[in-house]
Amino acid sequence: MATLRHSGTTRSELNKKLFGYFAVGITVIGGFVVFGTALFMLLHFLVKGLPHISWEFLSQAPRNNNTEGGIFPAIYGTTFLVLTMALLGVPVGTATALYLTEYAKQNSFFAKSVRFAVNTLAGVPSIVFGLFGVGFFVQFVGGGLDGLIGKGGSSAVFGHPALIWASATLSVLTLPVVIVSVEEALRAVPRELREASLALGATKWQTIWKIVLPNSLTGILTGSILAVGRGAGEVAPIIFVGAVYSLPELPTSVTDQFMHLGYHLFVLATQSPDVEAAAPQQYATTVVLLLLTFGLNFTATIIRSRIRKKRLA
Amino acid sequence: MAPQSTGSHPFRRRKRHIGERIAEFLIRLTASVSILMIFLILVFVLREAWGIVSYLSGSSPTAQTEVTVHKSNTDAPETYGDSQPDSYGEEPAPANEPESYNPDVQETITDTSGIVPTETSSSDEPESYNPDVTDYTATDAGTEKESEPLITKTLSQNIVGEVWQPISSEPKYGIMPLILGTAKTTFLAILIAAPLAILAAIYTAFFAPRRLREIMKPVIELLAGFPSVVVGFFCLMLVADFVQSTFGVEYRLNAIVGGIGLAIAIVPVIFTITEDSLMSVPKTYREASLALGATEWQTAFKVMLPAALPGVVAAVLLGVGRAFGETMIALMATGNAAVYSGSMLEPVRTLAATIGAEMGEVIWGSLHYNILFMLGVLLFLVSFTINALTEFFVKGMLAKKFQGEA
Repeated sequence: MATLRHSGTTRSELNKKLFGYFAVGITVIGGFVVFGTALFMLLHFLVKGLPHISWEFLSQAPRNNNTEGGIFPAIYGTTFLVLTMALLGVPVGTATALYLTEYAKQNSFFAKSVRFAVNTLAGVPSIVFGLFGVGFFVQFVGGGLDGLIGKGGSSAVFGHPALIWASATLSVLTLPVVIVSVEEALRAVPRELREASLALGATKWQTIWKIVLPNSLTGILTGSILAVGRGAGEVAPIIFVGAVYSLPELPTSVTDQFMHLGYHLFVLATQSPDVEAAAPQQYATTVVLLLLTFGLNFTATIIRSRIRKKRLA
Repeated sequence: MAPQSTGSHPFRRRKRHIGERIAEFLIRLTASVSILMIFLILVFVLREAWGIVSYLSGSSPTAQTEVTVHKSNTDAPETYGDSQPDSYGEEPAPANEPESYNPDVQETITDTSGIVPTETSSSDEPESYNPDVTDYTATDAGTEKESEPLITKTLSQNIVGEVWQPISSEPKYGIMPLILGTAKTTFLAILIAAPLAILAAIYTAFFAPRRLREIMKPVIELLAGFPSVVVGFFCLMLVADFVQSTFGVEYRLNAIVGGIGLAIAIVPVIFTITEDSLMSVPKTYREASLALGATEWQTAFKVMLPAALPGVVAAVLLGVGRAFGETMIALMATGNAAVYSGSMLEPVRTLAATIGAEMGEVIWGSLHYNILFMLGVLLFLVSFTINALTEFFVKGMLAKKFQGEA
């Protein structure tokens, strides 16, 4: 290394030592500031929000300008949203991961392009996905479907913001999450298993379907859970693709609009007429959202660490 | 596919062969979905922004006809706000109304509907930004006026202008304050987050006791799991008060609060990637340095950090990209007023937050709608560039470095 010089030899030993303390000291400060912020945020929300969570809060609809009642429609809407999202996104993500691990030649142009696209997709700002949802899913796909079944204008079935389009938008957004974790799981399947299967005369697809996929089911599950956790927390992409402030009744079909936990929190935090009265609801909603996303991430981490151990063993 | 005996019946073998090909074809096809999506995002966001062109080329149709052309898929826009809530949900539309807290009323508003007093009184109090019935009707009138904009200047001059006031009798679409606002918050966020995250990564990688490291790392990574709306809420409730009491600023929500919020969001990104690249520097580097008599801190700062530099650059770049496009935090913590000034203590409005705040109320197909999509194209292109830079430039450097020297 060019940077390794005989530095310090001209300085006095004391100076060098002091500088060393300083250098280590700032890293300690940096570490603890970041660590402390994370811990503080977590504890702050838990302490302020947990006492306000009750069965009533979880099971009722908001009342009285969001200052009373609960957030059940938002929980329901979020769950509906992320499950539809997983249904749409996980098969595509799994197939892409299968291509990358089983079929792709590492240096082929197509494989490189797929990898680049996945990385790019992970970096696109979430609000752009929202615009994409409006421009592509709602207007183009939804409007196109309406054109096919001969409806339009105010009787449009698909050509308006709806749960299905929000799910589709989120499934594109979470695609990289699924692909990366499923790929890891597929690579964790021992090579010998594949070779044994092929040696016994099974074809490539039979090997994948009978050997590789069953052995990486938990990994696919991890990917889905991570994607669901990510999707549940994203608000920007769905604001204008189907999420609404309040709903008279729960969504029953995928073409309905829905309430969303994160969006509900945004509404509570920025548009409450009475900040004091809304505070308990805000904190309680935050805790529910955090428990949902962290709970999912935690589950995924545990499953993943088990896979890693199995791989090492 | 059902398991089949490996009999050599020609028909069976042929059938299996076909199934095999179909499977491979389908998987390849699905793999191309990611590539397709990148193209579709660009094409469809650009397509909705394309309407601007017709305004640019002088012989533009009026905004009204533009609306009907684009609106063919959705509901009639003219009645928006009064009688047809279904395509927009039952949203109380004025909530995000940018005007009602726009402190820079640099030009005299010729609006006769009497919203000016509300505006000025609420300008320094973002909290008073609640749905208010009189405000609602007043701004609604403004929205309808927007459909017949008096484009006095040419649009291109309008867009590079210094006033962003899309909802007024004479709409102004100057994106300069938005770009400046985005630059200010992003710069602040990087200024705060990059040193902290890099130092924290050095600490956990080299100096922290093992026990502490095993607690610290997951907790910091937990920070990445906070949904951005929660971080925004945190800034709105706590950071804003903290900043106000520390700096004694006039506006409760300002660029500093926004910058801190974005910093919280990008710290875990920079931390994780920096830590990974520090750990992936070959162990021999460290051992050689220590064997030559260098101390631990000299090894960390003068050997390991320079060796991991491409990774650190990548981490910071990705942080910039994330801060640049972050919506919810910017929407909640920056005060959202498109002020064209260099001061960090005034409210700002970022590109992403503008889309988030105004897209919900805009008339689909209007010029304002097109311009919001244009901002989206801008965001996409910048994030794409940053990503491509990290992908090709930085990773290439990293690979070369370790292949060449390790």
